[in-house]
Amino acid sequence: MIIVRLIRAMGSRTLTIVRTMGDMFIFLLHALLHIFIPPFKHRLLLREIRFIGTRSMTVIILMGSFTGMVIALQSFYTLRKVGSEALVGPAVALSLIRELGPVLSALTVTGRAGSALSAEIGIMRITEQIDALTSMALNPIRYLITPKIVAAIIVFPLLTSLYDVIGIFGGYLVSVKLLGITAGTYFSQMKQFVDMQDVTIGLYKSLSFGVIVLWTCCYKGFYTGYGAEGVSKATTEAVVMSSVLIIIWDYFIGSLFL
Amino acid sequence: MIKIVGLEKSFNNQTVLRGVNLNISDKELLAIIGESGGGKSVLLRLLIGLIKPDKGKIIVEGEDVAELRGRALHTIRDKFGVVFQGGALFDSMTVYENISFPLKEKTKLNDAEIDQRVERALEDVGLKGIETKYPAEISGGMKKRVALARALVTEPKIVLFDEPTTGLDPIILHSIHKLIVDTHRKYGFTGVMISHDIPEIFDVVDRIAFLYKGVIEVEGTPDEIKTSSDPVVRQFITGGLKGPIQTS
Repeated sequence: MIIVRLIRAMGSRTLTIVRTMGDMFIFLLHALLHIFIPPFKHRLLLREIRFIGTRSMTVIILMGSFTGMVIALQSFYTLRKVGSEALVGPAVALSLIRELGPVLSALTVTGRAGSALSAEIGIMRITEQIDALTSMALNPIRYLITPKIVAAIIVFPLLTSLYDVIGIFGGYLVSVKLLGITAGTYFSQMKQFVDMQDVTIGLYKSLSFGVIVLWTCCYKGFYTGYGAEGVSKATTEAVVMSSVLIIIWDYFIGSLFL
Repeated sequence: MIKIVGLEKSFNNQTVLRGVNLNISDKELLAIIGESGGGKSVLLRLLIGLIKPDKGKIIVEGEDVAELRGRALHTIRDKFGVVFQGGALFDSMTVYENISFPLKEKTKLNDAEIDQRVERALEDVGLKGIETKYPAEISGGMKKRVALARALVTEPKIVLFDEPTTGLDPIILHSIHKLIVDTHRKYGFTGVMISHDIPEIFDVVDRIAFLYKGVIEVEGTPDEIKTSSDPVVRQFITGGLKGPIQTS
């Protein structure tokens, strides 16, 4: 009996997971479809670019500079053991461009903008604003979700690029001004080791992270539970799920392009 | 204009509506009263197709809302205006933007015409000079008025009111009721109102339907409801604790 109950519970849980995945996939398709169906919501798009992009710049600059500085510091002491401290530049650049830039900027934007958007949509749901849109014969996904996903597609690669550049500059400050490597060594080695494919991979990653973060956060907010507790739970789930998906997707896309 | 036949709806094995039958005539103002949590708001959401019934028909101008999808559902929704319980005004928009929103999105009116319509709608609900304020900056009563203005600005044939006076003091409550009567007279819409305002509602609507245990227990004019001998109705309108309606 216990075994039957256990199997039934597992089956029910599996069905719920599969159903949720299906719902999420349809939700994304629906949002992406509206990118190509006029009228386009330019004003809403600009508003989202400002919210997700412009307002994240300060924290991206702060995070990027310190990430570059930490990598430079750690790489220098590790590489010095094998007499290769001249390779600090490429170590900083490759770590940032291929891996840390896209991942950390995506995690940063998840914490800053993703959670806020999830809560905003959740509050719109519980205060019947989404129902109001529907009752006006307007599609809430077109108004609320599509502009956010398009904004993420535009903004995430730009924020990642900013993160990378600032990080490399942070690495330069530590390597050249603090640890005594010459500027020429720092940049010339970097030029030798980093090629265009590394940059492209980083940008592909950030673009896909943008879709993942906004898709997850918007979905969780759109289908939030009741009351303040429901919104709080949806926001937490959105951030946790986005962060986990970023790391999982990073592994898959990384192994694909190696 | 609206015909509801054998409407049933359950949520997670809990039956809310067990076969609602109701006819709403053209240009009539009807109130649906009943216990809290008795399915009145569910009925309203079913009317506009926000949720689908398990069984039954909702015929609006000859079309079954329950069966409609996509563009056909949008077309029928264009006939409705809805005043939600909390107003459901868009937080990120000003009062002007809230009211003009359905016009900008659903019509081809130019800016001057939209300005004119918004101004008139605000005048009809007794609010002028608050166009630039955000919902967070106005009172609860004002929010309800703005919500009514937004619902009326497209001049819909049917207006649904989901407890439009909840949380308001008696004076504002009366003013909202008067506003509903005045706008109903002026615009000539068919109105369906969910209400708990007893006895005030008797002076507002043309007809009342009493929803009890998932069915329409009694329906009639306010005078008929007031003088009804049905013990459930009697207990409900007098607010007595003893009777067939059990409070937990």
